Amino acid sequence: MRRMKLVMVGNGMAGVRTLEELLKLAPDLYDITVFGAETAPNYNRILLSPVLAGEQKFAQIILNDRAWYETRGISLHLGTAVTNIDRRARQVRAADGTVAPYDRLLFATGSIPIRLPIPGAELPGVLAYRDIADTEAMIAAAATHRHAVVIGGGLLGLEAANGLKARGMEVTVVHLAPWLMERQLDATAAGLLQTALEQRGLRFILGRETRELVRGGKKSGGRVAAVRLDDGSELPAELVVMAVGIRPNDALARESGLFCERGIVVNDTMMSYDPRIYAVGECVAHRGVAYGLVAPLFEQAKVCANHLAEFGIARYLGSTPSTKLKVTGIDVFSAGEFMGDSQTDDIVLLDKKGGVYKKLVLKDGKLVGAVLVGDTVDSSWYFQLLKDGKPVSEYRERLMFGQSGLGNTGHQGKNRAAELPDDFEVCGCNGVCKGTIVKTIKDRGLFTLEEVRQHTKASSSCGSCTGLVEQILASVVGGAYQPVLNSVKPMCRCTDYAHEDVRRAIRENRLMSIPEAMRFLEWRTPNGCASCRPALNYYLVCAWPHEYHDDAQSRFINERAHANIQKDGSFSVVPRIHGGVTTPAQLRRIAEVAEKYAVPTVKITGGQRIDLLGVKKDDLPKVWADLDMPSGFAYGKSIRTVKTCVGSEWCRFGVQDSTRLGIELEHALDRMWAPHKVKLAVSGCPRNCAEATIKDVGVVGVDSGWEIYVAGNGGIKAEVAQFLAKVKTGQEVLEFTGAFLQLYREEARYLDRSVHWVQRVGLDYVKGRVVEDAASRQALFGRLQEALRDQPDPWAEQVRTDSAEFRAIQLDSCQAEGNRDERMAENLPS
Amino acid sequence: MSEWLKICPLEDIPRLGARVVRTAQGDVAVFRNAEDELFALADQCPHRGGPLSQGIVFDRRVSCALHGLTLNLDSGAAQAPDDGCAKKYRVRLDKGVVFLNLGA
Repeated sequence: MRRMKLVMVGNGMAGVRTLEELLKLAPDLYDITVFGAETAPNYNRILLSPVLAGEQKFAQIILNDRAWYETRGISLHLGTAVTNIDRRARQVRAADGTVAPYDRLLFATGSIPIRLPIPGAELPGVLAYRDIADTEAMIAAAATHRHAVVIGGGLLGLEAANGLKARGMEVTVVHLAPWLMERQLDATAAGLLQTALEQRGLRFILGRETRELVRGGKKSGGRVAAVRLDDGSELPAELVVMAVGIRPNDALARESGLFCERGIVVNDTMMSYDPRIYAVGECVAHRGVAYGLVAPLFEQAKVCANHLAEFGIARYLGSTPSTKLKVTGIDVFSAGEFMGDSQTDDIVLLDKKGGVYKKLVLKDGKLVGAVLVGDTVDSSWYFQLLKDGKPVSEYRERLMFGQSGLGNTGHQGKNRAAELPDDFEVCGCNGVCKGTIVKTIKDRGLFTLEEVRQHTKASSSCGSCTGLVEQILASVVGGAYQPVLNSVKPMCRCTDYAHEDVRRAIRENRLMSIPEAMRFLEWRTPNGCASCRPALNYYLVCAWPHEYHDDAQSRFINERAHANIQKDGSFSVVPRIHGGVTTPAQLRRIAEVAEKYAVPTVKITGGQRIDLLGVKKDDLPKVWADLDMPSGFAYGKSIRTVKTCVGSEWCRFGVQDSTRLGIELEHALDRMWAPHKVKLAVSGCPRNCAEATIKDVGVVGVDSGWEIYVAGNGGIKAEVAQFLAKVKTGQEVLEFTGAFLQLYREEARYLDRSVHWVQRVGLDYVKGRVVEDAASRQALFGRLQEALRDQPDPWAEQVRTDSAEFRAIQLDSCQAEGNRDERMAENLPS
Repeated sequence: MSEWLKICPLEDIPRLGARVVRTAQGDVAVFRNAEDELFALADQCPHRGGPLSQGIVFDRRVSCALHGLTLNLDSGAAQAPDDGCAKKYRVRLDKGVVFLNLGA
């Protein structure tokens, strides 16, 4: 098959990101040619300010070096501007005469800085601030000259001024508006920012327009020497930086007859009016908006790549941009409708002396805008709330105090990512310190949480440090950080489909095996990965409990071996002891087995069970046979235990028979697979000795019946279970509990604990399905009972079938091919 | 010592799975992928010594059972950006029988 030809005009961040996304989706679809007007390969433009300020070297901000293009077979023309596009012949012509035909053309020409049309604008020493050439020219000027004037007190202007000051120049910022960054900040925030910058020695002239740039005498070689303002005053300046804004670089598109407004007009698939031509980045006008910040451009890149790859399912719906100033030591963040008006509800904190200002703008109970100066630790959290548009009224009074103010005990008081010392251990699971994360982000040019996980392992195990890692990422890459929105996250890198899509497809199309599901959903990998295969296996188990043939090789070792693997490769064995109530005979048998197999450790677990630790894998079937007890499923994403207190049978405070109900529940839920582990507890009175309120389902006896709590968690981050319903009888407890767990089984994503799922869908939804709608509850409970009907005990099954899984092949070093027959006989299963 | 040792019939190794072979040089994991390609690595993850034979096999890779490090089965090397390498052994299939070579 002939490969199609893709030509990209422009070699900046948005365009190359599109290529990266495209190559992930369809590595072999196109022969790709790239024209870049700049001589440098793709670099991180938003980090030009740290380069200017001398905090980073240019080499550090290169995102894709030449080798990157070479290894992907991309033909790269650097320093080569495209001069003409012939849409009829479908070819582009470059300044050096190169002609490249295309099947698809991608415009990623970016933007160009606006130059004020004033006398002297063309003088030597007058620069814009846009690319590495400008940056290098500024660095050179700073080395030989003294006075700089920056025209424009916006984001870019201030970063330029700060950088020039850091290089030893005397810098004055001239700004037309009455306060700095007026498009991102209100007057109060801008005032604080100005004070902070003045303390660094910058000077500001506000509300003034520049009239003329004055040429210097012969000695200066005709270089600019001063800036004349509208009040006639003059400022000395051997370097003038115009940072008054950018406009989409759409000239070439216009010449080729493409429809442009303020930018190349594209639809939600990033396609221009010519269906062969796509456009991304700052050169684009999407729904009338041209974005100048990186995060929206990356979203566009993803959508555009999806369509170039002929997947045809993504849409770009516009972005809520946010701004972070990249001036080291001065933290400024703004997003959304930050000004506020008579319709909004503004929460303001101002600490003038401390240089901290926070303003949160609420409308209809939702966060619609935010400005933060001096303390931007919670900016990603606010930004997420703003984009999600979720109601915040419930914790309105604590909103100002940030995410930690909401009782995030995991990192309370420790989430000031930017201030943490480099040796602070961020990820306790993998022992990763902040310094390592920051260095890796910078050295490798990382932008996403997923990339940081891959390269540093931080946040890749238990995930409790995810928030902190995100904050560190945001503090290093600033506006380029893209929080991942849960709603659109694909299952893994083998597919673009989200968990929900996959489950629906399995149900609706009666997909009955993992290979069938992968074929139907066009998996990109031949047999998935260690992340999607267990998920698919569970979804199939859940959808077709009796028809699906469980795939052992797609289960983690614990579920494959029906025991819990330990750090030395041995296993632990936990027999089922319903409700934690045992007998002397059972204990005797367990003791005998422990002695017979020299089990090194026998321990009572947190869930009131007995754990035999350190059993060799080869011994497992024998241990199970001798125990002659059912599996306790202590290893599975499944029902674990129902913990009970003594209850009314013995306890002088007990008002309900919690032990009996716990045993009944555990029998009813036995062998239930779930998206993640499921723990229950039943307490016989409100003293709650079984700690029911930190369980997935907790039942608490009261005088008149039982209270049912759901979605609690005692793990990494303790979560108190929420009240679901109060019922009179034990039978009702079984039905409500079963219905709740079946809903969780059917709708949660694999590896969601019940708390995460309920947080996402809301308790009201769960109540609607389980409490308020009796028919729905009974149907759910019925499906659970049907699923659990006749499920065999895995240990008994294993003892019966004697599979090779548990037998190692013995081999002595002296055995060679010569005596093959004896060896074969020994190794073959009888 | 570069002898080919007979291990077991191919069917004794589950597809997308592995078997442990206990040898004088330590445990060796023999893997079989979906295309019936065979691979043999020392049964010890370069990360923290986990038994690779217990991991999940996909494509030409295995994800270690203890902490999820992914190794390329053909080389034994950890997949970028991780590093580390498990010792690789030669293994071949002859008329439905698996042979392992523990020599260099």
